[in-house]
Amino acid sequence: VNPDLAGERQTASFSVEKLTAQLDGGAEHTRIRRAVVEAIECDPVFSREDQYFQSQNERYEAAVRKAVHLQKKMHEMGWTESGPEFKYIYRALSGDVAFLLHRIFMRSISVLGSDKQVAKWIPLATQFRLIGSYAQTELGHGTYLQGLETTAVFDTTTQEFILNTPKISAMKWWPGDMGRSATHTVAFAQLYIHEKCYGVHPFIVQIRSLQDHSLCPGIIAGDIGPKMNFEHIDNGYLMLQNVRVPRENMLNKFCEVQPDGTYVRRGSQKINYFTMTTVRISLISDEVIIPLMKACTIAIRYSVVRRQSKLKPGEQEAKILDYQTQQEKLLPPLAATYAFHFINDYLQELFNRGYQEIQRKNFDMLPELHAFSSGFKAMVTQYCTSAVEICLRACGGHGYSLLSGLPSLYTKILASCIYEGENTILLLQTARFLIKCFMAASAGQPVPPSVTYLAAVKPGKCPAKNKLDFLCPDIYTEAYQHMAVRLVSSTAAKLQDLVQSGVKKHDAWNQCTVQLAQAAKAHCHYITVKNFAETVEKLETKAGIQKIMKHLCDLFALHGMFSNAGVFLHDGYVSGAQMDMVTASYLDLLAVIRKDAVPLVDAFDFTDKSLNSALGSYDGQVYQRLYEWAQKSPTNKQMSPAYERYLKPLLHNTLSKL
Amino acid sequence: EALVINDPDFQHEDLNFLSRSQRYEQAIRKSALMVMKLREYGIADPEEIYWFKSFVHRGRPEPLDLHLGMFLPTLLTQATPEQQDRFFMPAWNLEIIGTYAQTEMGHGTHLRGLETTATYDPATQEFILNSPTVTSIKWWPGGLGKTSNHAIVLAQLYTQGQCKGLHAFIVPIRQLGTHEPLPGITVGDIGPKFGFDEMDNGYLKMDNFRIPRENMLMKYAQVEPDGTYVKPLSDKLTYGTMVFIRSLIVGDSARSLSRACTIAIRYSAVRHQSELKPGEPEPQILDYQTQQYKLFPLLAAAYAFHFVGAYIKDTYRRISGDINEGDLSELPELHALTAGLKAFTSWTASAGIEECRMACGGHGYSRCITFTPSCTYEGENTVMMLQTARFLVKSYTQVSSGQRVTGMVSYLNDLSMQRIQPQHVAGRTVTVRINDPVSLVEAYKARAARLVEAAAKNLQAELNHRKSKEDAWNRTSVDLVRASEAHCHYVTVKLFTAKLSEISNAAVRAVMTELCLLYALYGINKNTGDFLQVGILTHAQITQVNQHVKELLAIIRPNAVALVDSFDFHDFHLGSVLGRYDGNVYENMFEWAKKSPLNKTEVHESFHKHLKPMQAKL
Repeated sequence: VNPDLAGERQTASFSVEKLTAQLDGGAEHTRIRRAVVEAIECDPVFSREDQYFQSQNERYEAAVRKAVHLQKKMHEMGWTESGPEFKYIYRALSGDVAFLLHRIFMRSISVLGSDKQVAKWIPLATQFRLIGSYAQTELGHGTYLQGLETTAVFDTTTQEFILNTPKISAMKWWPGDMGRSATHTVAFAQLYIHEKCYGVHPFIVQIRSLQDHSLCPGIIAGDIGPKMNFEHIDNGYLMLQNVRVPRENMLNKFCEVQPDGTYVRRGSQKINYFTMTTVRISLISDEVIIPLMKACTIAIRYSVVRRQSKLKPGEQEAKILDYQTQQEKLLPPLAATYAFHFINDYLQELFNRGYQEIQRKNFDMLPELHAFSSGFKAMVTQYCTSAVEICLRACGGHGYSLLSGLPSLYTKILASCIYEGENTILLLQTARFLIKCFMAASAGQPVPPSVTYLAAVKPGKCPAKNKLDFLCPDIYTEAYQHMAVRLVSSTAAKLQDLVQSGVKKHDAWNQCTVQLAQAAKAHCHYITVKNFAETVEKLETKAGIQKIMKHLCDLFALHGMFSNAGVFLHDGYVSGAQMDMVTASYLDLLAVIRKDAVPLVDAFDFTDKSLNSALGSYDGQVYQRLYEWAQKSPTNKQMSPAYERYLKPLLHNTLSKL
Repeated sequence: EALVINDPDFQHEDLNFLSRSQRYEQAIRKSALMVMKLREYGIADPEEIYWFKSFVHRGRPEPLDLHLGMFLPTLLTQATPEQQDRFFMPAWNLEIIGTYAQTEMGHGTHLRGLETTATYDPATQEFILNSPTVTSIKWWPGGLGKTSNHAIVLAQLYTQGQCKGLHAFIVPIRQLGTHEPLPGITVGDIGPKFGFDEMDNGYLKMDNFRIPRENMLMKYAQVEPDGTYVKPLSDKLTYGTMVFIRSLIVGDSARSLSRACTIAIRYSAVRHQSELKPGEPEPQILDYQTQQYKLFPLLAAAYAFHFVGAYIKDTYRRISGDINEGDLSELPELHALTAGLKAFTSWTASAGIEECRMACGGHGYSRCITFTPSCTYEGENTVMMLQTARFLVKSYTQVSSGQRVTGMVSYLNDLSMQRIQPQHVAGRTVTVRINDPVSLVEAYKARAARLVEAAAKNLQAELNHRKSKEDAWNRTSVDLVRASEAHCHYVTVKLFTAKLSEISNAAVRAVMTELCLLYALYGINKNTGDFLQVGILTHAQITQVNQHVKELLAIIRPNAVALVDSFDFHDFHLGSVLGRYDGNVYENMFEWAKKSPLNKTEVHESFHKHLKPMQAKL
């Protein structure tokens, strides 16, 4: 181990192992997770060693090979989809596996299909007799579902739906596993019966032959070309030309087209709606928080190995993490990983509770859950994406090498801001909920528990008298609450003013959207700070864990105030002098947390293979590894034809040609 | 431009579908061709070469960049006339292809930390070059991996047992003729990176590699045959090349941000989504306030940086004229200005490019968009900001001790006057008029002055607390960076505003004034804390600023597409399906995707290898 890194570990103020167990939700979970990771990483089929050098074709092939091998592995190890090991498999593979949409295909059939349809399709899918995909997004239409243009016209004479892509913007675009792998897909299309449109419905469509995998008649499908990441996934396009599917292929748990063309709606779709919102929450942990944890691990370990310039004359060059500016880049993201880890736990619990209520046919919690899932998905993905980018830049030139692992973490997390709902649109959905609740609260009506604070508007001023007061959670939580209330209430007032002055409602809404999005973010930020502070209260005081978590919580809150000073100062709740105290306390905390930075990332417990980074490995042998890995680059193995073809003539003959 | 676009030799398959080796080969092919064509057309003016080059490579870096941009200029500025005779013509004729090897694996911006050594051996009159540790391996230089046969290597000079600091040496690395690495040289490509796929960034390790004494660039410092070291007149001159490159980066930031804005704004006019009014067709996404709020401030910044770039180029030309005549008095300010502005503009530009990408939704994520990757080369940005801060603090100290300072920092002179009249702050608030750019320049000036003063005072307070100057500097560095940013922000607003009066066409001046106001007001909107905390603006004014920003968005909306069309990027240069001039986005995305390598065969080979056997087994 690099001595610079080893030294960092000796001074930890807390037990790393205890904190790891805390993050996993108990030592038993840590044990299971490590066993799964171990089993997967020791299997050469799952190796990611050459990943950075592979072409799109090679990455795709490897992902398919891994997906197939995984079935065998699970059988061998006795892991099942309902077992405790399952959730760790994806993490152990770092998502580098095909057929993820196959799962969404199965889930959508289970949720939207009748018992009969489930009985027919799910066994086929489980045994991989077919490979499924999920085709919703079109070239010209994304988050706004009603705008989809694919059509499904019911033909009573043959009892079939005729599916068509009427124009180029209606082509299905982006669905994973569809470019090359899938044999079937759930396609969303506007249903027409007797020339009347009934809106968007899901249909099971076969797209490739089960014998030789060639495209079915009327189907045009292929890969959408290279993207910033996900080279291993064959995101695809799909064009349908008079493709006929039997009447039974429309997923019909909630609505059915009868043989004579009568359209029948049944049951409540609310539970289905709920399932879709849970997808947003479920991606937060694997796709967003874990990549940020990895990026922090790489950047912080590298920052104690890298030395640059001198802090004091005559001394060795200093570790870059000893520079205040480097701490300011890396430590707030580190605090954020913990803040978001805890808010994720909170949301999971809330959604489990919601699920039980909904099964009892109590739908009261739905609007609140929907607002939670939209707002937090947007806030967490946005924050973590910027934070990963900061980590990348904080590693200077070497961060830009793919071998650092940071570029692929960044390009991957960047996608999370877009899929499952574009972030701005999601924030506005949360804002709509907040405005509604604020109006209700002002009128004295009851509102959901997470927003009762909107009713309790206290004007007042921040009571802090010196910089230490800002290390008191009540002080900063109150400040966040005040700020959120102010932003929600002032935007609500603005909306009302506009409407009263004769502006149409939707125009008024569009004129306030910048403020509305800001208010939604402020609400989520407040809840995150509050939850972090409450979680710290409940942590065990042993092994130094509560103490270090308290520091991180303070840092997360004060960094937020420091970097959004204007919104706290705006109405004078926090004064200019108090803002100087916030800054002072914030900067002091950087120096305190600096000492535990390496143990704090060690606690995330990523193996070197899972980080797959020349800069971030546990032993800190950064430069040797970078040099060794570079030599593996294919550009160094093959003699480039460029020399013989172009350089040589250039070097030897140009003079005579000039 | 037309020369390149109409030349079939410069056409090729979309780079996104090629492997790194193929992309490198294409780049080399085009570079070789480009050099021939430049000679054929007799293009020799540097500005024209630059444009020709950027069209051949569509604004992407290429393996000969360092040869043309660093190797040749360094020979010109740092070689003796004898050395120029030996090296310049062969290099001009590309018998010698060179690169500039400064950065090492373990050392970047802090030049004095470099570990490569060049030890003079008077017995043979040679320098012995060594890479003593893994961290000292030269790492990153462009064109070093596969292309170059020479490199200008920066190494610590040892002669007569003493270290004389960093000097530049011309080192042959590959055999002329066979292109094989020379004995004692280990050279190769550093592997895949984030962007820059066509560039063979390389590593270089030297083991007791000997070069003749005459290969040290000796226009300034010299080593005599017996090993006696002759000092240069000014140490600062060696930094000249870097300052020059940084000034170019400011212009590049403006260009890449303009490109990204062009793509995002055109696409936002083509894309329709959701509904604004019930019952009406889906509106253009550019009609949404949130979309305008994302893109228009960046458009304004692109114009602002364009003017900043032009200003720096002019200043550089003017000052470098003086340098050749030995007048270095303006060098400190030039250095401070380029360092900070390089960081300020490239930070904003690269964040802005990401914002543009996100504003294109899912399609922004496809490679068919080609946003230029952001870059931290030529000096890490925080370090750059701190260099500017050092200059600001120095100027502040001069002012405090009664001296006057000149140039962009002259506002610091006012600080000492204000101290005599303590009522200044209250007096100023009412004078800021938020729809007058000139008045906003004053607000930015006040903010910069106050943050420089705060940083300098905090630094002084730290100094009073502890003994070490370095500790105090480090404990104030967050404040110092803020001060630098505020200074650069002020300079940018000031230059943009100054430009307005030079525009003669009234319609152009009107729209530029709107953009300038948006740039200045958006900056206040994003940094309200700085303006509120010391009362430069009141709460009521901040509310007005926010309101005025939104009004400007609506005012600029009708001109948005025209404003990006004015950048005049050819489709060929944008290389983006979303940003096409004709707006035929969807048709062309489909055409583009069909060419993807995964689509070469209808049934992918993995079906036979993996899928089919699995289906048979389960």
